[in-house]
Amino acid sequence: MLSRVADSLYWMSRYLERAEHTARLLDVNLNLMLDESSTSAEHRWLRVLHTLGHPKGIEWSGDPYQLTSTLSHDFNLSASIVSCIIAARENSRHVREQISTEQWHRLNSLYLEVTKPNQSDDREEFLQFVTDSIHQFQGITDSTMSHGEGWQFIQVGRFIERASATAMLLEAYHEDLWIHPEHIPEGNEYLEWMGLLRSATAFEAYCKVYTADLTPDQILEFLLLDEQFPHSLRFAIDSLQSALEEIQRESGKTRAEPLHRLGGRLQSMLSYSSVEDILRQDIVGVLRNIQLQCRAIHNTIYELYVDYPIQSALAG
Amino acid sequence: MQFAQMALDNYSLDHAYDEMFAAPGELHRHYEPLFGHFSSLPTEELQRRKQAADLSFLNQGITFTVYGRQEGTEKIFPYDLLPRLITAAEWAKVERGLIQRISALNLFLRDIYNEGHILRDGVVPREVIFSCKHYRRQMTGLQVPRNIYIAICGTDLIRLEDGEFVVLEDNLRVPSGVSYMLTNRRVMKRIFPQLFRSYNVRPIEQYTQLLLGTLRSLAPEGRPEPNIVLLSPGVFNSAYFEHAYLARQMGIELVEGRDLTVHDNIVYMRTTSGLRRVDVIYRRVDDDFIDPLAFRPDSILGVAGLFNAYRAGNVTLSNAIGTGVADDKALYAYVPDIIRYYLNEDPVLKNVETYLMTRPSERQHTLANLDKLVVKAVGESGGYGMLIGPQSTAAQREEFGRRIEADPRNYIAQPTISFSRAPCLVENSLEPRHVDLRPYVLYGDRVTVVPGGLTRVALNRGSLVVNSSQGGGSKDTWVLSQ
Repeated sequence: MLSRVADSLYWMSRYLERAEHTARLLDVNLNLMLDESSTSAEHRWLRVLHTLGHPKGIEWSGDPYQLTSTLSHDFNLSASIVSCIIAARENSRHVREQISTEQWHRLNSLYLEVTKPNQSDDREEFLQFVTDSIHQFQGITDSTMSHGEGWQFIQVGRFIERASATAMLLEAYHEDLWIHPEHIPEGNEYLEWMGLLRSATAFEAYCKVYTADLTPDQILEFLLLDEQFPHSLRFAIDSLQSALEEIQRESGKTRAEPLHRLGGRLQSMLSYSSVEDILRQDIVGVLRNIQLQCRAIHNTIYELYVDYPIQSALAG
Repeated sequence: MQFAQMALDNYSLDHAYDEMFAAPGELHRHYEPLFGHFSSLPTEELQRRKQAADLSFLNQGITFTVYGRQEGTEKIFPYDLLPRLITAAEWAKVERGLIQRISALNLFLRDIYNEGHILRDGVVPREVIFSCKHYRRQMTGLQVPRNIYIAICGTDLIRLEDGEFVVLEDNLRVPSGVSYMLTNRRVMKRIFPQLFRSYNVRPIEQYTQLLLGTLRSLAPEGRPEPNIVLLSPGVFNSAYFEHAYLARQMGIELVEGRDLTVHDNIVYMRTTSGLRRVDVIYRRVDDDFIDPLAFRPDSILGVAGLFNAYRAGNVTLSNAIGTGVADDKALYAYVPDIIRYYLNEDPVLKNVETYLMTRPSERQHTLANLDKLVVKAVGESGGYGMLIGPQSTAAQREEFGRRIEADPRNYIAQPTISFSRAPCLVENSLEPRHVDLRPYVLYGDRVTVVPGGLTRVALNRGSLVVNSSQGGGSKDTWVLSQ
């Protein structure tokens, strides 16, 4: 497969995952605003910006609706939902002959919908539409595209984005989770924690495992170490690693050991640590370290498959 | 209301040849079943089928697109429901003529880039060649595989008032439109299956396979299983749909300049499993942009070093570089002589009569008759830099007269000709519209003309402009087998 094609599929998928994550985060926090809360609006929305990695070009101005609207519709803000969707569609257009017609139609109509002028004022409806459309796109991708190398690159993009985003989400909530140790959450705090889980679509799945008892340790354990939940870090890294192995097998690329090692190291940390091991450490440090490792994996994928120097390719 | 009654109301004949009517109220015989079929359909049914065809184009993504960052509107290529019919006898002559013409032009290119016999014998003046902006000095003495310069070509034909097919223009560089020919047929077969069956139409679907075979036959020696790619300028090119379509249909990789790299005069493409050697490039990028080292240094569409790899014989470019010299508008006037010179035969397909401004007597004639002639700038295409005499003002004629005197090499003149007209469905009635025909010729192991081509229609009443950017559309073209 052409390196350029791999690159475009990877970014198409990353941008869609990012748009979905942002849409869900905004939806959850708009919903939380309806209840009075111990956390002031300012604190909550600054946390949203932290979760998104403090995107350039946007500041907290005191107006949550203004912020939501900018993060949804602003063409000039590269982190906005609409910018992510434009970027994803632009990438898919470069590989139009590689993806299925059904995929193209789904993504193209999403693009046409979110870029048309005179967007409706219903914020929730917009965010819900974006999330639904991206879910549909993923379903269409899985059922109409061959699960070959191209599809695997789509998986890589999706899960590397998801892993970084989940680590960042936990980091942003860290303070709020451990502000009163040994303390049973009350009304509003409970809502905030629910918000954290819902930001990762995890509330219902969490309840199935731990019941509706929300404790910081269990939340951390679930979002970090759960083996079966698709938005947990462990699940994301497992999926990432198996997609990378599949790509290596299909492309027959030699000298993939550094990439294999990086992925494997992170995977085994998540597979063989207990939540107690992690609680004993500096939690923020652990989460930042995970993000750094994701970045290193991204760079190594590029060095190996996309941006490799010609000399090294000719030599081996 | 039935179709037949109103069909003839708006259908007036003029001096142009009519594809359907031999005389008022009298059909050409091969159009009778077609007319009968359409007459039997109620107008609602016709509109329904028209919508089905449009939808089918849209769903297949056969659109050309106006792209911007904030808006993306996709338009379907306008399409007319009535097929254009060509009889077996008419086609036989067209086919023979095209094979003859392409063979001669190919010999001509080989000659001028090597020994130059035709120039020494004075059949074509040297200055016509060396002053042509598509002449590529770099090609001199270069051996191209099988001596085939023009592997893929699309020649524009029109019909004169007496119905004779003549050549309007040779497209020997990167002709486009073949994807529309193929998709038109697919849609027609779906919308009018019975009519199609009853006509015994010769198939065209083999085109992509023939194209692949042609490209394969041109692979450098010692490369029995060549890696063939299609080089596209990228998504911003208006023909990108066609590039993606052909690549998908042939099962070859669609590459852009940045996917390719040259090392030691070998061309590679960058894949996830490392560099892979490329043997044949079906290039849809113009000469000028193909290699910044050899041609335009500001090109970012090309591949640095590609021309040297080509020169070394390690990769085949198709079409060859420098073929544009043979479709130059001034050289066009010499093509009949070129055919006689190399093949010792008379041309089967005639040219449109053309006056060269470099010949004093023809220049005088043109200047005296500017109000009756069409003057074309040699270096322009797509209807630009043209003077249409009967529709011009005195000031425009004076201006063109001055320009011709100043730079005679840059202009040619032709009589004002009307293309033939074919019936089109306009709203709910039939109206005649001007059409041309672009058949596609492939030259590999032998010369093949796919029976059919793209019939382009000037959809605006009375217009002669068939370009899609200026209100042109297309029709399916049915070549009958008997």
